Amino acid sequence: MDQPLPIPLDNLIVCTHCDAAFTLERPKVGQRAVCTRCGTVLITPRRKAGLQIIAVSVAITILIIAATVFPFLSISAAGATNSVSILDAALAFSDGPLVALALTTAALIIFVPLARVLLTIYVLVPIVLDRPPARGSTQAFRLAEALRPWSMAEIFVLGCAVALIKISDLADVAFGPAFWMFSGLVVLVVVQDNFLCRWSVWKSLDKTQTS
Amino acid sequence: MVGMEVAGQNSNIVSARDLGVVACTRCTQVWPAGTQTCGRCGSTIVARDRLSLQRVWALWLVGLMCYVPANMYPMLQTRTLLSVQEDTIVGGAVELIHHGAVGIALIILIASVVIPIGKFMAIAFLAISVKRPSSVSNHHRQVLYEVVEYIGRWSMIDIFVVAIMSSLVQLNTLAAVNPGRASLFFALSVIFTMLSAQAFDSRMIWDVRARQEGTTTDE
Repeated sequence: MDQPLPIPLDNLIVCTHCDAAFTLERPKVGQRAVCTRCGTVLITPRRKAGLQIIAVSVAITILIIAATVFPFLSISAAGATNSVSILDAALAFSDGPLVALALTTAALIIFVPLARVLLTIYVLVPIVLDRPPARGSTQAFRLAEALRPWSMAEIFVLGCAVALIKISDLADVAFGPAFWMFSGLVVLVVVQDNFLCRWSVWKSLDKTQTS
Repeated sequence: MVGMEVAGQNSNIVSARDLGVVACTRCTQVWPAGTQTCGRCGSTIVARDRLSLQRVWALWLVGLMCYVPANMYPMLQTRTLLSVQEDTIVGGAVELIHHGAVGIALIILIASVVIPIGKFMAIAFLAISVKRPSSVSNHHRQVLYEVVEYIGRWSMIDIFVVAIMSSLVQLNTLAAVNPGRASLFFALSVIFTMLSAQAFDSRMIWDVRARQEGTTTDE
């Protein structure tokens, strides 16, 4: 602060994992910039990534809503049948202190992924359209990033597989339409996560705000 | 892949703190040292989180405390026409092996026993290693930290299995599965260890090396 820096701040990039400082060198589209000390990927620009991410995000939103409403799995044993939606599964812990757990699971499987996708759309649409960012974009993107580890849709799908095999000797299990939607959704979530270059998004949020 | 150009003239990697700058850990924007809040995204900025280790240990301890009842109490209660059976996490996995589903039993055992215990040890090791010199290289510890952060969430799988089974298997008198008390403790344990891993400031791993290199010049 008190001594003059050799390099202007805007030309510096710092790896958040190991605190190594580098002079900024923008990688070309399709290339990646990695921290040479710890190997963290710093920048991954992609052609038309914004539009692709928005498209994928819209698809995820529709799939989440549909997958929540339609029956997910159904079982039958000796004439008795039962079918559940994802919401039923999430709210299974419904007695006594387990209610908190029900709300947590519902949040982890449905609401956190949904919130992240909606926030991403909210942030990215103005950027792609070359408009100034929507109000509260920075907070929205910060929240979306903070929620990242708590979005557990893919873990839920593996949990399904385990549960099905556990149940299969007790009763017959059948997949509902929501099961396939949810499986597709997981693939899309992973795609969306890997397409998004955080550095570029922050950069464009910054640029449009100051000018 | 493009490696970043090293800041400064010499080929040694300089940390941001030595350059007199500090980076926002959320949006990576660089600011002069001493900046309190990031002007771009509004996150609080600290050069090194002084209280980081305290929070890591506090959350770690709560996670460990929740993990004990998670293994003592039953996770699942299976009620069929003739019998009521209560299984703990390990008991349920052993039951599965008896049924011949060794693969599934392994998934459950790895997700609910091996990963949580491994995570407790890994976080403890990382937190200790930034205080005293360690024989494990910084790079390996960084990898260990990233593995812990990535894999921690997968322990939730057992909770989801319990949720799916207890909502699905509700066939009136024929058979019913209900969640046990352990599920709550287990979920809490997973959540607190995730928070503990997040509280850890991984930049501290690399500070130790910088300090060592400052004193011993030949390395």
